[in-house]
Amino acid sequence: MRPDSEDDLSAMIRAASGPVSITGGATRLRPGEGQGARIDMRGLSGITLYEPEALTLVVRAGTLLTDLQAALAAENQMLAFEPDPREGSTIGGVAAANASGPRRVSAGACRDAMLGIRMVTGEGEIIRNGGRVMKNVTGYDLVKLAAGSRGTLGAITELALKTAPVPPVRATLQLSGLDDAGAIAAMTTALTSPFDVTGAGRLTDGTVILRLEGLAGSVEYRAERLRAALGGRAGIDTAEGDEDFAALRDDAALGEGALWRIVLRPSQAGAVLAQLPGAHVVDWGGALIRAAAPAGWRPDLPPGARAVCERGAPVTLPETDPMVARLNAGIRAGFDPRGVLQGAA
Amino acid sequence: MEMPAPNAAIIARRDAIAARLSDAVADKAAVITDPAETLAYECDALSAYRCAPLAVVLPSTTEEVSAVLRICNESGVPVVPRGAGTSLAGGSMPTADAVVIGLSRMTQVLETSTEDRLIRVQTGRTNLSVTGAVEGQGFFYAPDPSSQLACAIGGNIAMNSGGAHCLKYGVTTNNLLGATVVLMDGSIVELGGPMGEGADLDLLGVICGSEGQLGIVTEATLRILPSPEGARPVLIAFDSAETAGACVAAIIRSGILPVAIEYMDRPCIAATEDFCGAGYPDCEALLIVEVEGSEPEIDEQLRLIREIAQGFDPLEFRESGSAEESRRIWLGRKSAFGAMGVISDYMCLDGTIPVSQLPHVLNRIGELTAQAGLRVANVFHAGDGNMHPLILYDANAPGDLERCEDLGAEILRLCVEVGGCLTGEHGVGVEKRELMTDQYAPADLEAQMRVKDVFDPQWLLNPAKVFPLAESASRREARGQDAA
Ligand SMILES: Cc1cc2nc3c(=O)[nH]c(=O)nc-3n(C[C@H](O)[C@H](O)[C@H](O)COP(=O)(O)OP(=O)(O)OC[C@H]3O[C@@H](n4cnc5c(N)ncnc54)[C@H](O)[C@@H]3O)c2cc1C
Repeated sequence: MRPDSEDDLSAMIRAASGPVSITGGATRLRPGEGQGARIDMRGLSGITLYEPEALTLVVRAGTLLTDLQAALAAENQMLAFEPDPREGSTIGGVAAANASGPRRVSAGACRDAMLGIRMVTGEGEIIRNGGRVMKNVTGYDLVKLAAGSRGTLGAITELALKTAPVPPVRATLQLSGLDDAGAIAAMTTALTSPFDVTGAGRLTDGTVILRLEGLAGSVEYRAERLRAALGGRAGIDTAEGDEDFAALRDDAALGEGALWRIVLRPSQAGAVLAQLPGAHVVDWGGALIRAAAPAGWRPDLPPGARAVCERGAPVTLPETDPMVARLNAGIRAGFDPRGVLQGAA
Repeated sequence: MEMPAPNAAIIARRDAIAARLSDAVADKAAVITDPAETLAYECDALSAYRCAPLAVVLPSTTEEVSAVLRICNESGVPVVPRGAGTSLAGGSMPTADAVVIGLSRMTQVLETSTEDRLIRVQTGRTNLSVTGAVEGQGFFYAPDPSSQLACAIGGNIAMNSGGAHCLKYGVTTNNLLGATVVLMDGSIVELGGPMGEGADLDLLGVICGSEGQLGIVTEATLRILPSPEGARPVLIAFDSAETAGACVAAIIRSGILPVAIEYMDRPCIAATEDFCGAGYPDCEALLIVEVEGSEPEIDEQLRLIREIAQGFDPLEFRESGSAEESRRIWLGRKSAFGAMGVISDYMCLDGTIPVSQLPHVLNRIGELTAQAGLRVANVFHAGDGNMHPLILYDANAPGDLERCEDLGAEILRLCVEVGGCLTGEHGVGVEKRELMTDQYAPADLEAQMRVKDVFDPQWLLNPAKVFPLAESASRREARGQDAA
């Protein structure tokens, strides 16, 4: 089913008697998601308002991420949260998955850039929350609830996003030959320095990469200072492209098998890195580990850390606290009393 | 301000309730019922509205908060959470049948980790003292409401507070990683996690900004950032509001991201000059733009801003050359509210608009104010469109306050009309409760109220705030029956 208007979509959801899954490009489905009848959101597309001078944009959820990014690029702007581009991915799916790339350490996640939404609930009700201004505390922030809700609260039909200027100059510092502890320490040095590092990760080949962005003179100055803070060992690459960070963000290097996503404190990363059975990348200065693993493998997590198997058998660790699970279930029941929305992104 | 009638049955049981509450806390002096002592809790910074609470409890631990809430929940007693009471929207104003839970004794720092770039505190701690706890290590906590010396982190979370620097660093929700929350039934939950990511839905995101209606936040994990090497402001003066507005847009459009862009108009400048003599130029409107970084970076950014500003023929472009000059550039802006208070009573609005609408909205505010026979001064965070029109009135002149309130409502509706919202940082509270239907359709409000149903099924937490009384009546009345 492919609605071409919000009303259409509302009617479809109202009429649903069994499970439906809201999908954009269906590029971010996790194991077990996408059950029942698919509602394909790509009919609801297009940018409805773009004010570059206010750093805001309103876009229909079915719009292809690549189309949106092209429109932004034409104005020399971007989505600061740097979602990974997947063939066919839509902005609604990005929002429903709260997909956020390396720049999350400095600019925040997708949810932080989401200013407002329109959504069709599991009852077919059309609701609005938030707005299109940077600051808004009028009522409860349901926008954050919708971000990352993976299609289980409703179908996001339109969203207002905060945009960001594309930094004119970029430099990447690279360090190789570091062990786990050394790599985390280097990233921590970078992210606790005043030099405004906008990305810090380690690639599958072990290279630590640190990104600086901004005005030309400033980037040059900060790169030198940061290099000195790292003991002078880092190489500095001022190439135009951002391939390093694309490699960090995209799955290509991690193969085809099961894929774990582990979020933890950087100070805890060492303990998990030591357990990993195969290829992995470290992002967000040590707060995110993405690791390939054989079927059946599970990480032994430090306190407070969380892990999801994003490809392979569905596992989430640790189990959700029963009280928190009750709140989640209660909210889902409030938005989708018949339980028709099975979740997808 | 219309408030629902208090529950007489609860008021009649005051002594019994207070006795039970005393059992729940280690320090008996933490339960206050003496009217002379509860006086300080009758209102927040919206002091036009006040009401004596049933009792005040000042717990010291999360467990005590939990025990107190469990008792109130069982007895059907409404609860009003309170940080420092600096809300400007009546968010922490009690009702006569409510127990105020004040977090002022809960001020500990529980953990700091610069390595993990976070600090964990009890939420009665003031905003500024959070930065105070980490600045020695070269870090700061970014959200900086003007009330930061007094306001508490719990209040900041409940109101999703912002500050002058949020153009670059975001507001509270963008800097909150985790929270310990006590629900109305006394259960304690941990929300959020590393990078703010919790289990399943983003419950932390909806707690933030929920104005104390979903749970009491007793501990918070906050993101801290390394302090920049330096910061420097410039003051740019213009002969019209339009040009100042256009210059703001051009700066943002250019890709430079200042940490703050503040705006003041002539009435506001005049008042602050009389008050503190900051030496501002004679002009219709001025901007204060602050940039951060190392010296060479600051120079580079200011050079670009100067270039942009020159395109708008400013009356003056005053770049700070020293710490003293920086202080003087900020002096008038920081004194603005105090200065206005000296010349007149005023009501401070807090609407947000798309930046592109700035000239139109400023004009329209001028017209509406003239029609109402009142005066208005404008001072606001121009970079993010958060306006604070100050409507001047005479509290002693009969009818003036009502005219002022009507004008305020009209201005806020104007903000909504042009694509903005009723409140950018102060919250809805009791103050803007009845205007919610101007921004939200019934289904929109219903969706929000269903979230409240889940966290607080009896609707006991911070009652009669946020939602219009008519819209929330059936839910609140269901509670009244239980309590009777
Ligand atoms: C001079 C002045 C300047 C101001 N400037 C700004 C500004 O620049 N930006 C801005 O955003 N605001 C500003 N404010 C408004 C106010 O300071 C903020 O809303 C602040 O966050 C309130 O904090 P508080 O601790 O005083 O909260 P309170 O007034 O005590 O409470 C505010 C709300 O939070 C709830 N609450 C308090 N603690 C908790 C808790 N632990 N758990 C759950 N709910 C809780 C209360 O029930 C109430 O609804 C200003 C106020 C004044 C008086």
